[in-house]
Amino acid sequence: MRDVIRVYKKNKLAVFGFFVITIIVILAIFADVVSPYKYDEIDLISFLQPPSFKHPFGTDSIGRDLMTRIIYGARTSLIVGFSVQIIAVGIGVPLGLLAGFYGGKVDYWISRLVEVMTAFPGLLFAIFLMVWLGNGLINIIIALGVTSWVGICRVTRAKTLEIKGETFVEAVEALGASNSYILFKTILPNIIRPIIVMVGLGIPQAIFGEASLSFLGFGISDPMPSWGKMIQESLGYLQGYWYMGFFPTLSLAITVLCFNFVADGLRDALDPRMYGRRA
Amino acid sequence: MIGYIIRRILGLVIVILLASMITFFLMHAIPGGPFDELKMPLPAEVKAQILKKYGLDKPIWEQYLRYIWRALHGDFGVPFQSPTETVLSLIARVWPVTLQIGAITILLSFTIGILLGILSALRQNTWIDYLVTTLATLGTTVPNFVIAVWLMLIFSVTLRWLPTGGWGEPKHLILPVLAYFLAPTAVIARFVKVNFLEELRKDYVRTARAKGLPERTVIFKHVFRNALVPIITLLGPMIPDLATGSVFIEVTFRVPGLGKFFYTSAFNRDYPMIVAMILLIAVLWGITYLITDIVYALIDPRITFT
Repeated sequence: MRDVIRVYKKNKLAVFGFFVITIIVILAIFADVVSPYKYDEIDLISFLQPPSFKHPFGTDSIGRDLMTRIIYGARTSLIVGFSVQIIAVGIGVPLGLLAGFYGGKVDYWISRLVEVMTAFPGLLFAIFLMVWLGNGLINIIIALGVTSWVGICRVTRAKTLEIKGETFVEAVEALGASNSYILFKTILPNIIRPIIVMVGLGIPQAIFGEASLSFLGFGISDPMPSWGKMIQESLGYLQGYWYMGFFPTLSLAITVLCFNFVADGLRDALDPRMYGRRA
Repeated sequence: MIGYIIRRILGLVIVILLASMITFFLMHAIPGGPFDELKMPLPAEVKAQILKKYGLDKPIWEQYLRYIWRALHGDFGVPFQSPTETVLSLIARVWPVTLQIGAITILLSFTIGILLGILSALRQNTWIDYLVTTLATLGTTVPNFVIAVWLMLIFSVTLRWLPTGGWGEPKHLILPVLAYFLAPTAVIARFVKVNFLEELRKDYVRTARAKGLPERTVIFKHVFRNALVPIITLLGPMIPDLATGSVFIEVTFRVPGLGKFFYTSAFNRDYPMIVAMILLIAVLWGITYLITDIVYALIDPRITFT
């Protein structure tokens, strides 16, 4: 563990990313306290205001304070980012373990399923699920979760296959341990590091996914703020009101970038052999 | 080798059938249809007539089997959003728009990507190397609609050089292509750089230099060829990706291409269009993966199929 922190600290971008994300997380948690207004507070008199002391990032077309909506948007992004990965791990890890451990027919069908999932570009499938489920935070998490477990499943399967043949697994098997004991107590602890790395890479992808779905109008429903939705709303106003598009895109870009820096740092620290490979 | 190809094609057929089944059933499981009360208030008899005309009154499995049967004969039905055309003719009409952007993007991103990659490998740790690294990080992590908005803010709003969207004139191509090409260019540049550096460290390069060949000959005659072969693995998956276009870029810049129609079809529950488009995408991906694997084996004799 000390080693992990030491290697991680060497990567300056990763340390920087961690620092920025800590700030974003704190802002998101204490959004009610730090934001100057309420996120759904409509002020029809001061609509489309440029940035000022009263409204640092300006206001939108119905007078909602953009800085407030960006802070609450961070909350939406983070909730989606983390929850989607919980679902992805919940589906991907068990399937990967089963496929890698049992092989044969189980592996064949799980691998076919993985292939079908990769035949569609993930976001198109997510759009599709959103049409089916309808808009809303929970539905976005489900749609993105159901479409983003494939990478985790693949890595889990490959690592399980790799470790299954090791002597210590055979030893546990020879001692008469049950299959579930071998899977969860012997194999899983030994493949947890690459899974953590995959989750690290998956969080920014989920945030990206939420923003994309909301951007297309298949995402978070009003009045809840989402960066993707704010970017979409800004498109018609860009000519005259640059700040409407500038601040949400900047927030989204910074968040996604910093999460990627952290994921890269985690990868170097936890799983040096994966270096250079991106999911 | 032949056995392998046949097995891969069979696998591809199974995957496409599964994909079509999933989309078809999911699409019909969505509550609400294209002829809902709210969208189209119609007398019951007229509605029954329409449902019958489109075969929507039959059980789902029968609709699916009929669909597959007709699809095998090249008939993908009639798009609900444009009943005077067929799905195929609508796709044939909008696809060239997307292909145009895709083709320019592929051409540009490969020439510029390879160039930047080589430059940053030869001039490691200079400004060009850092520029490529920065672009690569931006291009692969930041969503392309964010880049699209930034481009609009710079070129349309601040400089007022280019329109924010639309279609029909050459100037409408510039911003979508720019927004689109950053990511693949970044991927290619990084890939070329890594390969080039690896190749430069090999023994034959030392031999070539030791026998006194000019650096230019070493780089362009020896390293160049060996370092570029692996790019084919990148080109493969990029083709279907760029050929089917980006929903986000087409929506942002109001480009009437395949991506935009996928979006309107999803919004309007246009079953025939959606199923046909998803099938098209799945087929394109499957075929490219297959061809990439085969071509790669032909180029690199060390790879054998079992």
